[in-house]
Amino acid sequence: MSGRSEAPAAVSAVRRLGRNVLATPGRLWASFSRAGRPATDRSRSKFVFGNVFLHLHPARVHRWSLRWTTTWGLGIAALSAFLITLITGVLLMFYYKPYPSAAYNTIKDIHFVVPTGRFIRNIHRWAANVMVVTVLLHMARTFFTAAYRKPREFNWVVGMGLLALTLGLSFTGYLLPWDQLAYWAITIGANIAQSPRELTDALGITAYFDPGGFQKLILLGSTDVGEEALIRFYLFHVMLLPLGLVALLAVHFWRIRKDGGLVRPAGADERLGSVDPETYPVFTEAPDKTYHLAAVVKGRTPWVGRGPENTLPAMPHLFYAELAVLMLVVFLCVGLALLVDAPLKELANPDLPENPAKAPWYFLGLQELVSHSAFMGGIGIPAVVLVGLGLIPYLDRETHGTGEWFGGPGGLRLVALSAAVGLGSVLGIEAFAIRFGWLRTWWPDIPQLVITFVNPGTFLTVVYGVFSVWAVRRYDSTRAGALALFTCFLCGFIVLTIIGAHFRGPNWEFYWSPSHWPGH
Amino acid sequence: MTDRDDVVGSSESRLSPHPVARRDFLGLGALGSAAAAFLFATIGMLRLPKAAVLPSPSRRFKVVLPESLPFEEPYLAPGRHVALIRDAEGVFAVSNVCTHLGCIVKPSATGFYCPCHGSRFDRTGQVLAGPAPRPLPWLAVRKAGENTYVVDEEKEVPAGTKEVA
Repeated sequence: MSGRSEAPAAVSAVRRLGRNVLATPGRLWASFSRAGRPATDRSRSKFVFGNVFLHLHPARVHRWSLRWTTTWGLGIAALSAFLITLITGVLLMFYYKPYPSAAYNTIKDIHFVVPTGRFIRNIHRWAANVMVVTVLLHMARTFFTAAYRKPREFNWVVGMGLLALTLGLSFTGYLLPWDQLAYWAITIGANIAQSPRELTDALGITAYFDPGGFQKLILLGSTDVGEEALIRFYLFHVMLLPLGLVALLAVHFWRIRKDGGLVRPAGADERLGSVDPETYPVFTEAPDKTYHLAAVVKGRTPWVGRGPENTLPAMPHLFYAELAVLMLVVFLCVGLALLVDAPLKELANPDLPENPAKAPWYFLGLQELVSHSAFMGGIGIPAVVLVGLGLIPYLDRETHGTGEWFGGPGGLRLVALSAAVGLGSVLGIEAFAIRFGWLRTWWPDIPQLVITFVNPGTFLTVVYGVFSVWAVRRYDSTRAGALALFTCFLCGFIVLTIIGAHFRGPNWEFYWSPSHWPGH
Repeated sequence: MTDRDDVVGSSESRLSPHPVARRDFLGLGALGSAAAAFLFATIGMLRLPKAAVLPSPSRRFKVVLPESLPFEEPYLAPGRHVALIRDAEGVFAVSNVCTHLGCIVKPSATGFYCPCHGSRFDRTGQVLAGPAPRPLPWLAVRKAGENTYVVDEEKEVPAGTKEVA
């Protein structure tokens, strides 16, 4: 060893050190980015699958999937809204204390004292609303383009779970401000959970079998909305439901890839025509082999039997599109947050219900049904709708119209007819019930069981069901029935929500406008 | 099993094993017991969130009716969701929690009404209108002195049970 340690070697080691120091920023960047600048087909692909956050994406994406009219970017918009609520929610957790004596005051502090607190809370509130809207629209898009069909059936079911978790997140967040709005909305929500008792009471079996009471007890940890309920809702809101949502989201995205990407109609390649020569290069090198990874994917795969002519590299085409959607959602939430404050009413008062006491807007359709029968409106009909929606891909096994807007027998004509029937029947039955009352108005001693099963909500459900059976027979197609039913329920949901939000006043009576409400 | 069917001259012997091989049986048994363990652990964990002792304060309380309380006029027990009513036959207590969705009903000229979904009840709690599925429950009342009564909110009594004043 000693023989080798001569002066020139020592000098060169020091110089090598100096050179390494100078080269460190460049090497740090090179080791960070792994693939270098995404300039060639190869490096653009490596940009995607060499990155832990991006590799859920395909390296190349079909031009059909990139058209705005394919998806309107609604799934990414819902994800963007979720990310915004995640970030703003964590910020709010710095100050919020989930205890009845403190909760309301900390929200007030966030609103009036904490720097940017009011702005962040407004964004959180608006992003949550945007998320509910975009999730519903995303579901409608998936339905109307028949994208739930084989092999994507189960991803539709996963989507149902995501819808339920989204509504659950919104609902649990509603209690946390501990104001009058929160307190009474949650009291009503918890009693909807208890509403199977309406049925068990009428049958006289509540003493032995009480699923309603059990649900309420698990939700509230007590008989009333109190400190136990607040800490439980907090736990659900910041921990259990977000974890569940993230887990299901991972499954949802992963399955999009595994089920062959976004849905495309059979003739998509012919309809797309040739690539615009101005487009960022489709190929920078001639591909000498087809994409062998596609061989392990089951079913109709993107690139089996044809070259990747109609695909574009995900970097930049897909990522820039996604970034545009994200920026649009951020812009929307920030804009709304600047214009309209999140509400904060008086401190919760367990002795004095709000009049009218209204649930969050997306539950007002349910509340309208609940005002006819608690069990059917709160549990029975929503369960029928959720199970019905989940079963759609297993009942509709047709292939005609997949990937087309309003595809399938009947098409847009049937959707328009269904919208007319859906709107007409919901408006008709509600107008009738508001003008003439219902069974108990005419026969005050009528048994509760009759009202539970015969009320405007169940009547409407039966009308929609009969109409969709008619559509199945008329077009000899289950897809036609699904189109009819989904359109009808969408119309029913929208109309009932508007009635609950705008036309219901004190004592849940009908008013043409909130300005006609009697003064307090 | 199927791949053993074509063995020449196959018959029941120790060379043609039972349809479920011994190894498979042990493996399936292990898998099944693991599944059962997870299932019961989950059920056991769900026992925790179901509170055995409820944190609410005592549901029995004492109330003093004003000497001047007219017959048939509901008296709202302070801090409780219970109305006490005195008539010629005696005193009874009616819960003020709506049987529809748990809002607090308010006294009106004819009885009670609920501000949440418009249910209306008469003075004895019978449903007159609205979505309420049941009458307002009557609660146990016991006389404990001059104009003093003890109400037990836990104990429901049949409608018409009155404590002689």
